[in-house]
Amino acid sequence: MNTKLAFSLLAAALVAAGCSKETPKPEQKTGAAPAGESAEIKIGHVAPLTGGNAHLGKDNENGARLAIEEANAANIKIGGKTAKFTLVAEDDQEDPKVGATVAQKLVDAKVAGVVGHLNSGTSIPASPIYNQAGIPVISGSATNPKLTEQGFKNQFRDVGRDDQQGPAIATYIATEGKPKLVALVDDSSAYGEGLANEVEKTLKAANVKVLPREKGTNKTTDWKAVLTKLRGQKPDAVFYGGMTSTAAPLIKQGRELGIKAVFSFGDGACEGEMVKLAGEATEGLLCSQAGIPVQAASKKFLDAFKKRYNADPIIYAPFTYDAANLLIEAMKKADSADPAKYLPELQKIQFTGATGPISFDDKGDRKDAEITIFTMKSGKLDPTAVYKGGKIVPYQEFVKTAAK
Amino acid sequence: MDTFLQQIINGLTAGSVYAVVALGYTMVYGIIQLINFAHGEVVMIGAMVAFTVINALVPYGLPPLAIVLIGAGCAVPICMLVGYGMEKLAYRPLRHAPRLAPLITAIGVSIILQHVALLIWSRNVLAFPQIIPSRTYMVGGAAITTIQIAILAICFGLMAALAILIYRTPLGTAMRATAQNQQVAGLMGIDINRVIAATFVIGAGLGAVAGVLYGTYYGLAQYTMGSILGLKAFSAAVLGGIGNIPGAMLGGVLLGIVEALGAGYIGDFTDLCQYGWLAGSISACDGGGHFVLFGSNYQDVFAFLVLILVLVFRPSGLLGERVGDRA
Repeated sequence: MNTKLAFSLLAAALVAAGCSKETPKPEQKTGAAPAGESAEIKIGHVAPLTGGNAHLGKDNENGARLAIEEANAANIKIGGKTAKFTLVAEDDQEDPKVGATVAQKLVDAKVAGVVGHLNSGTSIPASPIYNQAGIPVISGSATNPKLTEQGFKNQFRDVGRDDQQGPAIATYIATEGKPKLVALVDDSSAYGEGLANEVEKTLKAANVKVLPREKGTNKTTDWKAVLTKLRGQKPDAVFYGGMTSTAAPLIKQGRELGIKAVFSFGDGACEGEMVKLAGEATEGLLCSQAGIPVQAASKKFLDAFKKRYNADPIIYAPFTYDAANLLIEAMKKADSADPAKYLPELQKIQFTGATGPISFDDKGDRKDAEITIFTMKSGKLDPTAVYKGGKIVPYQEFVKTAAK
Repeated sequence: MDTFLQQIINGLTAGSVYAVVALGYTMVYGIIQLINFAHGEVVMIGAMVAFTVINALVPYGLPPLAIVLIGAGCAVPICMLVGYGMEKLAYRPLRHAPRLAPLITAIGVSIILQHVALLIWSRNVLAFPQIIPSRTYMVGGAAITTIQIAILAICFGLMAALAILIYRTPLGTAMRATAQNQQVAGLMGIDINRVIAATFVIGAGLGAVAGVLYGTYYGLAQYTMGSILGLKAFSAAVLGGIGNIPGAMLGGVLLGIVEALGAGYIGDFTDLCQYGWLAGSISACDGGGHFVLFGSNYQDVFAFLVLILVLVFRPSGLLGERVGDRA
């Protein structure tokens, strides 16, 4: 008898569920639901959680997780139900193939939105998969221009692009150091090569001579052959497009070989971990981060992050935090977690997050993104200048004007 | 010219480490015709153990050299134990099985060791403590650091010691006899199991030292470091003639130099803009530009290119004998 009852209830539930999909009467459904009913909304997050940059991946994930935990604590109502957000965190191993696989996995898991991926190299192959499924994706760290140049309406990023970051660091090198000859090295990844290309363009435009590009891979630990060659060519500055795990041996071996040039990096190697891996060799290095320095993120975010994880964010956590909040905010505005319904809200969103005011242009890039230049001073990354709208502004000045 | 000399020094240093690792491959192959793919992982464990010990000792203010020696002193016996255990548990039960079985087992052992290391030491890149102050000396315009000198001295010292062990001691004689014919060696009163175990233990000990040297040289250690290092050392062993001990030494050093020169010069040779008849048709060349076909990111390819060339033109390696009937 009991089983029969259960079956009939199940059947009734199925019929009800089937009906509500077809009949355009959602208010009836929500009206029938008890007041305390909650709906699970899955949000995906992808970053490398294994390998040389796992710590950055975890940092990104922590940012997104914090946003979701705060949203759950706030008991947000979406579509009349209390939204219960869950973070589906995946590891793409920094591998383009795995990136695409993981994207499919998230699509199959029916996530409402995705924060990620960390790397451009995995974000780009994953983007058509999300696009086909119509799921909005916001990366807080993928800076390769190509990502938002594919015409995908659902692809966003709340961080600057290489074609802004490259000019920023290159303008800084060209104006501050006044070098005659610059060497460019990259790790053959979409990110590293893209960034080095942008730096090359800007340097050439500023009439700085550039050596033929040298290349490694994103696993290179022995840079001696490349560096030895560079030493013979005597550049005044070296720019490397790549991540920390390869940038640290590069600068360390460069100093060992007696190269005196200024070493500069993009955001992939702009973190304290560099000092741990390369020690004193890092003194005086220049690097850029898309956006504003972690310490310039909103105090509310920094305090909450510190309280939750008992650690400070490394680089992108404020951006993934904002990315997750942007998704949630758009869902709130549309009163729906259906990607097709809240995507238009996301496109025209005006939101002030941990990294300042955010809105997107037609491509899905953040409007007016800033780039910050750092210098390594006695083992600490010290913000020296901010690049905004094609101009370098000294950091102190920027903070003063921003505070106004 | 100083660039060329510097590339040779770089190559020689990396090559001598390859040579010491290659010895582990070649010794085991020489005696039981097994390619021990887990040998790279033994090297990695050597580096990791030394990393842990050195990190633990740094706060006590011992002299840096003593700390490194203690680190290596812990890494060597632990790796020897790993080598012994691997032979006893994984390979000995399969000694008379078809040759594919121990080969696949070796790959399995390699995966197990890698993941054990992942569990113990985490997935992060570990910064090897740089406690020995590295002085740089200039020789004919090329820089050579104290660490490089130490690596060269230790590697060549180890190779000499191994050569004496193999060719001048009773254990070495027993090893060579076992390599020639296990059954007959057994009939002559040689304890085959003991000799094979000794081969694994010595190879693992060498691997441990190589791991410590590699870690100190590049300043990095990670649980995946053994795989590419192992593959290169294996290529070096094949280049020299697998099973042949002087061959592994020669192969390692040669491979290191080929790699350094290859990575250092490939970009120059494949810059199509320097070839006048081509430059005209490539727009990137205009105004002193460059169009480089292959860059130094192909560094790792050289090891395997060499491996393929050797296998095609001289399958038994540079110093190898013909062993057609063995396979």
